[in-house]
Amino acid sequence: MTVYAGPVQDLIDELGRLPGVGPKSAQRIAFHLLKLPKDDALRLANAIAVVKDRVTFCHTCFNISEGERCGICGDPRRDTHVVCVVEEPRDIVAVEKTGEFKGRYHVLQGAISPIEGIGPDQLRVKELLARLEPEGIDEVILCTNPNIEGEATAMYLGRLLKPLGLKVTRIASGLPVGGDLEYADELTLGRALEGRRELD
Amino acid sequence: MSRGTLHRDEAVVLRTYKLGEADRIVVLLTRGRGKVRAVAKGVRKTKSKFGGRLEPTSHVAVQLYEGRELDIVTQAETIDRFRAVREDLDRFARASAMLETADQLAQEGEVNPRLHQMLVGALRTLDASDSPLVVPAFFWKVLALEGYRPEVDACVQCGADDVSLVAFDLDAGGLLCRTCRRGQSVSPEAVALLQMILGGRLNEALAVPPSPATHEVDHLATRAVEHHLERRLRSVTVLDH
Ligand SMILES: [Zn+2]
Ligand SMILES: [Zn+2]
Repeated sequence: MTVYAGPVQDLIDELGRLPGVGPKSAQRIAFHLLKLPKDDALRLANAIAVVKDRVTFCHTCFNISEGERCGICGDPRRDTHVVCVVEEPRDIVAVEKTGEFKGRYHVLQGAISPIEGIGPDQLRVKELLARLEPEGIDEVILCTNPNIEGEATAMYLGRLLKPLGLKVTRIASGLPVGGDLEYADELTLGRALEGRRELD
Repeated sequence: MSRGTLHRDEAVVLRTYKLGEADRIVVLLTRGRGKVRAVAKGVRKTKSKFGGRLEPTSHVAVQLYEGRELDIVTQAETIDRFRAVREDLDRFARASAMLETADQLAQEGEVNPRLHQMLVGALRTLDASDSPLVVPAFFWKVLALEGYRPEVDACVQCGADDVSLVAFDLDAGGLLCRTCRRGQSVSPEAVALLQMILGGRLNEALAVPPSPATHEVDHLATRAVEHHLERRLRSVTVLDH
């Protein structure tokens, strides 16, 4: 539906391509930007220009990086034998916060979702396989989201990697710490029961 | 419009989209109101009260608050977990093809309880059985529901029902005899399977083990749905390796 004159419609169209922004939201954001003081709007435009200019993806692990190699891949103190596979760069931030993982990462840039047309070929799977031998990786931790797409991705990768003689593990999913059992949904509780461990 | 009302309904989650930081839009095929898009607030947080209940394939009892642009999911309880579908990559891909088809066929604001019922039935069958004909049978049945029941008992061209039927033509919408043949050739075994599926002998068809004929029927069903939708099904090829 093209209602507005050239530049305004262009802006609405561009905003409408962003994830999670429908036509109505695009219109609302466009009119918000039109009302904004010029300085504020240009600061946003500039921030976009700068990231597109300076920040790219690490050529090895596809983390966000300012050079060809990200800080983690370039850090000699990290364990090169174990790689943690995640869906998005922001998942690396979450795992790093735990301080529990000393290896390297691999970002798939998504998860398998047949209905959206996203399969292994649309993800950085080939690039993961290409890293295994040169980097001497012998353990892969599958750290995709504990939802149906993340589980499908982990199943696919497990099937692909295990025959290669690697140790393949999947992060446990279970109950959130600090919550009450009675509020857990049956899927989460079922998983937590499956992943139970012996007390020592 | 009845804005601000609460609806209790039964629904299958067809697909989901990320919205903002922690929310998702869930596309539901409801029994009472057809296809509905609704916001599930906070569903991506690990402590969300919805947990894993609002993911594609979930069959849930929901309470929806009818909002201005989109509904809001206020409650969701699991009816079917479809555990085998969730934990088997191949079945998940096949379930996705059915969800994609239902999503394409259902229009928002159009009530279609039969489609909802057929989808729930097909998901239950897929969860319980590894028959290669679950998805093709669903495809043929929804085509029939849409008013495109293919002719499988006589030649769609000349009407002869005492000759062997040897080909299927998508445009003609049915099987053809040797004289009228065009389109794709079909084996006698596949013709028998089509007659079972569309002739009220579905259980008999579902008991048939995988064979070249089940593969033929599967392929033909996909082609027929794609022909009807005028678009390719993404879910069908994405995991083919
Ligand atoms: Zn890197
Ligand atoms: Zn004929």
